[in-house]
Amino acid sequence: MSTGFIFALTGAILFAAGLAGVVLIGHLLRRILAFNLMGSGAFLVLVGLAQRHDVADPVPQAMVLTGIVVAVAATALALALVRKLHALSGQLELPDDVDD
Amino acid sequence: MIEPLFDPLVWLILLPLAWATLTFVLGPGRGAWPAIAGLTAQCWLAFDLAQKVGSGGAANHVVGGWGAPLGIDLAVDGLSAAMLLLTQTVALPLAIYARSYFKSDDPAGTWFWPLMGFLIAGLNALFVSADLFNLYVTLELVGLAAVGLVAAGGGAQQVAAALRYLFATLVGSGAYLLGVALIYGAYGTVSVATLLPLVTNDAPRLVWIASGLMVAGLMLKTALFPFHFWLPPAHGGAPAPVSALLSALVVKASFYLILRLWLGPLQAVLPAFAWLLALLGSAAIFWGSWQAIRAVKLKRLIAYSTVAQLGYLFLIFPLLAAHGALQAGVMQIFAHGLAKAGMFAAAGVLIKATGQDTVAGLAGAVERLPVTMFAFGLAGMTLMGLPPSSGFLAKWLIIEVAQAQGHWIIVVVVLAGGLLAAVYVLRVLRQAFLLTPASATLTPVPRMLEWSAFALAAASVLLGLRGVELMQLLGAMA
Repeated sequence: MSTGFIFALTGAILFAAGLAGVVLIGHLLRRILAFNLMGSGAFLVLVGLAQRHDVADPVPQAMVLTGIVVAVAATALALALVRKLHALSGQLELPDDVDD
Repeated sequence: MIEPLFDPLVWLILLPLAWATLTFVLGPGRGAWPAIAGLTAQCWLAFDLAQKVGSGGAANHVVGGWGAPLGIDLAVDGLSAAMLLLTQTVALPLAIYARSYFKSDDPAGTWFWPLMGFLIAGLNALFVSADLFNLYVTLELVGLAAVGLVAAGGGAQQVAAALRYLFATLVGSGAYLLGVALIYGAYGTVSVATLLPLVTNDAPRLVWIASGLMVAGLMLKTALFPFHFWLPPAHGGAPAPVSALLSALVVKASFYLILRLWLGPLQAVLPAFAWLLALLGSAAIFWGSWQAIRAVKLKRLIAYSTVAQLGYLFLIFPLLAAHGALQAGVMQIFAHGLAKAGMFAAAGVLIKATGQDTVAGLAGAVERLPVTMFAFGLAGMTLMGLPPSSGFLAKWLIIEVAQAQGHWIIVVVVLAGGLLAAVYVLRVLRQAFLLTPASATLTPVPRMLEWSAFALAAASVLLGLRGVELMQLLGAMA
């Protein structure tokens, strides 16, 4: 088992754990953290799987760098929205969708 | 080879970025004119590009002179040119509409123009991206700008809807990204063109998992039943110009990506999922229509109608091997894009005029707002699929292709969906034809609002008469 494969496997587990968190957790801050875990998992798979014969491949590293920027932007937007929701309703969980 | 400086492909991305930044610098609520000017130029560029692609096949651009694998390649074929055309032609009337819709002191319009600009730039970039990773980045650009627009209303309900939408869109693109990572791990490239010959029927299991993840993520972003939970609050709660942009264009972006993968790099793998997608599409048609029939609020009704109309798009997947199915799908994208933009715009006028967002509050609207109700009716015609509208053409093409292959079940679903659409559209029209209650007051609305909604709805009907040009453009596909 190469190190690259171990990285990728860890990444897959992190992704699954993060996904479960985003879907199951009600608290919004913890959901945002779970989303970040999910993203890191995907990045680890991207870098790990591409690593052949223990030589690093620069292309996925550039991709992960771009992905981190996107994840930071998404996290910032999510945090801003959570703060706004907290200021408006005093809640840190999503209210039920009132249909009508 | 076109001189890079005059390549319409590049300007379609640069122009919206430029006016989005400019409107941001101009300050809150300002910048309608730069946006309208920019969009007018983009419309012209999109037509120019479509004509070039229609006559000479695909066009390419290598950003900054750095080619793949390290640089970014942009490519346009008939399908992308069609999507670019739809985006600009829907966005321009909506910008004119939004200028009258947001009064200068309306907090909901504070950052509308920059967010719309970044959204359009993201969409245009998505339609011309030629590698899976760049598609991911543009997908996120579109998603984040769209979430910002939903939250712009500022109320607790809208912020909650935006957050729900944000989590859905992030999980969707996260699944897509993991799929891209697995594909890169298997083949060492993310270029759509390079992957095409590499992925074959006996692809390793990794590629199957990757395909499943990518399609599932994109289904979530396209709000295909049962992943539609985020759409009605987000589209129903946002200000009318935003709802129109989201329903007409944003959900189509992720659908375009599924179509692109299906016809391109993953064509050996994805057809295994064809009937699953068609089944969910049928469920979406029935569930969305049923919810639209029961909805109390007007914009909820239209949002659920979007869920139903998106279902038709997924019916084409089992048929894609045959000639004509792609044309049917793209015609449905156009029909729904124009009609739904027109319908949300008309609903915005009705809500502004009557001061309430319920179907029951529409009594007497026909006498008092005839142009707007006519626009609503025309858009409804397209959704029901009555001739000569483009909706009719789209549904007719689906039925024709399905019949030729003996898939009667799809024919039945399309016909039943049309009837259900008639129920919810006529429910609104019937209410509008009732006599005005004596207590009702009506706020006057700017003419421009009514006529821009009318233009969109009329375009959705008239496109039915000019469908041939669109089909020819798609014929230019590689």
